[in-house]
Amino acid sequence: MKKIRCALIGSGNIGTDLIYKIQRSPWLEPVWMVGIDPESEGLARARDMGLKTTALGVDGLLPHVLEDNIQIAFDATSAYVHAENSRKLNELGVMMIDLTPAAIGPLCVPPVNLRALADKVEMNVNMISCAGQATIPIVYAISRIQSVAYGEIVASLASKSVGPGTRANLDEFTYTTSNAIQVVGGARKGKALAIINPAEPPMMMRNTISCLTDDVPDQARITESILQMIVEVQKYVPGYRLVNGPIFDDKKVSVFMEVAGLGDYLPRYAGNLDIMTAAATRTAEMFAEEIIAGKIQLKPMELA
Amino acid sequence: MMSEIQSLQGRKVIIHDMSLRDGMHAKREQMTLEQMVSVATALDDAGVPLIQVTHGGGLGGNSLQHGFALHSNEEYLQAVVPKMKQAKISVLLIPGLGTMKELQSAYDCGARSVHVATHCTEADTSPQHIAFARKLGMDTSGFLMMAHLNNPEDLAKQGKLMESYGAQTVYITDSAGYMLPEHVKSRVAALRSVLKPETEIGFHGHHNLGMGIANSIAAIEEGAGRIDASVAGLGAGAGNTPLEVFVAVCERMGIDTGCDLFKLMDLAEDIIVPMMEHMVRVDRASLTLGYAGVYSTFLLHAKRASARFGIPARDILIELGRKKMIGGQEDMIVDTAMTMAKDRGLLNEVTA
Repeated sequence: MKKIRCALIGSGNIGTDLIYKIQRSPWLEPVWMVGIDPESEGLARARDMGLKTTALGVDGLLPHVLEDNIQIAFDATSAYVHAENSRKLNELGVMMIDLTPAAIGPLCVPPVNLRALADKVEMNVNMISCAGQATIPIVYAISRIQSVAYGEIVASLASKSVGPGTRANLDEFTYTTSNAIQVVGGARKGKALAIINPAEPPMMMRNTISCLTDDVPDQARITESILQMIVEVQKYVPGYRLVNGPIFDDKKVSVFMEVAGLGDYLPRYAGNLDIMTAAATRTAEMFAEEIIAGKIQLKPMELA
Repeated sequence: MMSEIQSLQGRKVIIHDMSLRDGMHAKREQMTLEQMVSVATALDDAGVPLIQVTHGGGLGGNSLQHGFALHSNEEYLQAVVPKMKQAKISVLLIPGLGTMKELQSAYDCGARSVHVATHCTEADTSPQHIAFARKLGMDTSGFLMMAHLNNPEDLAKQGKLMESYGAQTVYITDSAGYMLPEHVKSRVAALRSVLKPETEIGFHGHHNLGMGIANSIAAIEEGAGRIDASVAGLGAGAGNTPLEVFVAVCERMGIDTGCDLFKLMDLAEDIIVPMMEHMVRVDRASLTLGYAGVYSTFLLHAKRASARFGIPARDILIELGRKKMIGGQEDMIVDTAMTMAKDRGLLNEVTA
């Protein structure tokens, strides 16, 4: 069967983990890996896994986009370079999946709004953050039952699973995730907290989601909605698991989740890495299915 | 008399009061503006040079996770700052909870000093914030929390990172009140050996094992120049190093703090102790924090989870220590209590 050919930009933890996910996909094929350091471990690994590589950044990829029929690119670099990467590739008709906190395109949480974004043939969608992917489905599961005045999430990440980019730019993570709790999750105000825990052996990614509803929560309907949503997320992240809750205190609903990864590139404790790459892959697959079925067509974007 | 104590004679130490920030934990964040102003003005009058205010979790602290204070951090700062005659007002910023936007806002309200805090192994989450504080011209400290969980050599490397981002002081923070004087000494010495001579070293103690003062003195002996303390110990767990007691010990040893001991005693007795909702002291639960090496702020959360789920607070705290939970993971207290309650047949799984 025909597959949609993809490029991965950024040869760090996320880019490398994406290779594994995309190689398993029935609709996607990883073809190019783009880095900036010819000596990088990530590029060497990508070559070993059969990908073409360049260490010249996105400019090293551009001459090959049309001849190699690249239609989807994943950007796992940084917020600072994403806009340029996206502009250059969009001009060639390549759809961008943004895994940086740049968020120049609409924010995507697959079980919440992927369908709508695919229908609009968005040429750049942003995957928010690992914590956003792990928590916003639950915020939405509550807000679709009754209005949420405030949504707050706490993400605990194993120290070994948090790369240098995230560490040096924690505020971007906070802003992007807080905003997405509102825009995608449906809370009127959102707040995100991140904790990096160095325990050995490393702890699994944990997420606590707390929402304040405007009216007294309908416990049965909210519980049912949350459990349904967990099943939806488990379709692409099998290790997404309810540990405790929901518990209700007056108008507060709290849910305690764990995310175990598939252990593709980093070990299973790095559920944060996994849920991000799995959500990005799921997003690309939705677009790929539609392209293959002839329902949508990606077009080069006009020069601004 | 007492001529055997000569070594610290004449040493200058900068005292940084924590009653109105760490003390907010002990007050469940419910301090009024009037209380904050009355304590801050008394501290100012007693010559305390640095006073930290706002939510116990610092900037960005207002949350379901850490509780909502009676007022915004800006309101507390705006109430306190104009009343100060000599003291500088400081804030706490824990990256991942607070952000640079909030630091800017605190600066705009008059804060001129900041503790930028990370867990003792995660200094590299603070470069943006430390650099930004310096850019604002603030007196900037890197604050390595739960310092007992890192060995002296590696802790010194973390301190060196903070110094490289621009920190002017590096703190060893005994968040669990677990350390003994020898732990403090080895860590201060390790930091002193790698930091630039002009970079100061600070110590922030908790009194869970009753070691706050002994540990602070040990730190000074190895070259620390800044000590965090709270009047009457008002702070998380069994409280911080009790400030007025520490000042009395310093006077006896000839250490110069510039603070008025009798005014501080009166502040402790007349204002702080009557404010306490519970006696801040070493009790069964706070002693467990120090004994097991658990984050002091977990104390009241564990007591509440204990009341709700029927698991003794001590059992919850020991389990949190075993699971190596760190500061900021207050959500894991309820989670852990629920898991323990299920294991003990006190709580059922949720089903649709």
